[in-house]
Amino acid sequence: MDNYLISLINVSKDYNGAEAIKNVTLNIKKNEFLTMLGPSGCGKTTTLRIIGGFEYPSSGKLLFEGTDIINLPPYKRKVNTVFQKYALFPHLNVFENIAFGLKIKKLDPKIISKKVGRILELVSLSGYEKRSVNSLSGGQQQRVAIARALVNEPEVLLLDEPLGALDLKLRKGMQLELKAMQKHLGITFIYVTHDQEEALTMSDTIVVMNGGMIQQTGTPEAIYNEPVNAFVADFIGESNIFDGVMLEDYQVKIFDKMVRCSDRGFDKNEPVDVVIRPEDIKIVDETEGIFQGIIKSVTFKGVHYEMIVQAKNMEWIIHSTKMRPAGNSVGLWVDPYDIHIMKKVTC
Amino acid sequence: MVSRILKRAYMFSLYLFLYAPIIVLAFYSFNNSRTRGAWTGFTFKWYLALFQDRQIMTSLYYSLSIGVIAAFVATIIGTLAALGINHLKPIPRTVIMNLTYLPVLNPDIVTGISLMLLFIFVRLKLGFLTLLLSHITFNIPYVILSVLPRVKQLDQNMYEAALDLGATPGLAFWKVILPEIMPGVVTGWLLAFTLSLDDFVISFFNTGSGVSNLSIIIYSMARRGINPKINALSTLLLVSILALLVTVNLMMSRQRHLKIREESE
Repeated sequence: MDNYLISLINVSKDYNGAEAIKNVTLNIKKNEFLTMLGPSGCGKTTTLRIIGGFEYPSSGKLLFEGTDIINLPPYKRKVNTVFQKYALFPHLNVFENIAFGLKIKKLDPKIISKKVGRILELVSLSGYEKRSVNSLSGGQQQRVAIARALVNEPEVLLLDEPLGALDLKLRKGMQLELKAMQKHLGITFIYVTHDQEEALTMSDTIVVMNGGMIQQTGTPEAIYNEPVNAFVADFIGESNIFDGVMLEDYQVKIFDKMVRCSDRGFDKNEPVDVVIRPEDIKIVDETEGIFQGIIKSVTFKGVHYEMIVQAKNMEWIIHSTKMRPAGNSVGLWVDPYDIHIMKKVTC
Repeated sequence: MVSRILKRAYMFSLYLFLYAPIIVLAFYSFNNSRTRGAWTGFTFKWYLALFQDRQIMTSLYYSLSIGVIAAFVATIIGTLAALGINHLKPIPRTVIMNLTYLPVLNPDIVTGISLMLLFIFVRLKLGFLTLLLSHITFNIPYVILSVLPRVKQLDQNMYEAALDLGATPGLAFWKVILPEIMPGVVTGWLLAFTLSLDDFVISFFNTGSGVSNLSIIIYSMARRGINPKINALSTLLLVSILALLVTVNLMMSRQRHLKIREESE
């Protein structure tokens, strides 16, 4: 417990009775790249703002290196934030924006200009010192915002959807740069996003949130391969989710078919969610499949084809490198270990 | 073709009605004759007489000092009020904004008399202080109305970013919030200053013996017949307000130019 840099213990926050987050408990290790992932309104930004000191939780504890910092104002916390819309100061130029925090600490002007110079190099904006921040592109403004936070050498950097306003190509580039920066500087990053791909690319740990509660915490691989419930499965990557009934261990009833699976430990006849990834469904001859259906549409996606198959009155999304033309009757096969059984979430 | 001429003529006559009286006034301030209607030669003597008139010079001093101090104090109070109003919840904000508009729409005579009654009620002797207080009071809503739009445009995260970078709330205000809303604050000050310089009705009721500002002096001089010195004084006032306006516009357009140049680089 003492090894954690930041710990949130049973933190809740409500706005006039509407709960933004409920009983969030989260431990963050030093030098970790932790991403809070979830749809908008899931409480991820509220959690980040509590860590930054901009929101005061209704209950719970916030420990920083073991001491409670809930009453510490933001300007006394060893964290810095990169805001969603950058929040650069338009009346100051690039240099003055980045030097803002250092000037407040009353550092020697020589040291300030050295530090700013070095951080500008890190974000590849050397030579932009005198430019007005309004004259920069979105990506450049983003870099200034990151530099302005990093130059203070915080122990933790909070990033609130910092790449949300950038176009796809720029975003991909910045994702890699951010990850490289985090490794190079050895700073803990707490990152908030609704983009699951971004989360998978950059994080050491992903915290999936929904409805103000943490759904699952784990490595990107664990979250993707072993989602704990249908929400996580659906949110991380595409999924086919069906209603099923667990007959006994390793036996699940999907529609009217008994199917072998690799899960156990459910009650007898317990209703469950059955989750199957689109790439785990194999298209076989009609007679060989577990389910029979008709291909409704085929879309070429580059690496694979996306096929929508109508079977058992449901639409199944299937990703495959082999294409079958629309209208064909086909069989669908799923290996037992690719069938994920999840407890029904009652929200 | 005809319609274009008509449009031009309409606009021309509109501005003629607006500006002709002022031009005539400025023109006659250089007239050698004491009576209007006859041009008897060019002279500066009314301007010279103006600066030798101790009564007028004293009132000019009162007008300027009241204007500067009242505008300054009203700007501080109004700016803080605007920041507070912006943070209110929607319903209280609507109430407060209506309370702000009310004095603006209220006839000056009502404001003037009610302030006078208040000063008499609290036994404040009418004079410089009451004149100053009344000017501060009627200026505050104008400052609020010119600062508030800038405050509304502020990115809420900007204040938080300043705190995040280690600034205390006070420092965040000085270093980030104030520079951002400065154009609104300057406009508010200028508005307050010119309104204060211009005011007659409220001043008339709230000043005591011996303390007269320009508008009151001009009024009392005009009752004794139009003195060409008034023409000269009005012309000077007009020119200085014009100069102020041009300077502010130049400053703003230069800032814009700088920004545009940087952006096109």
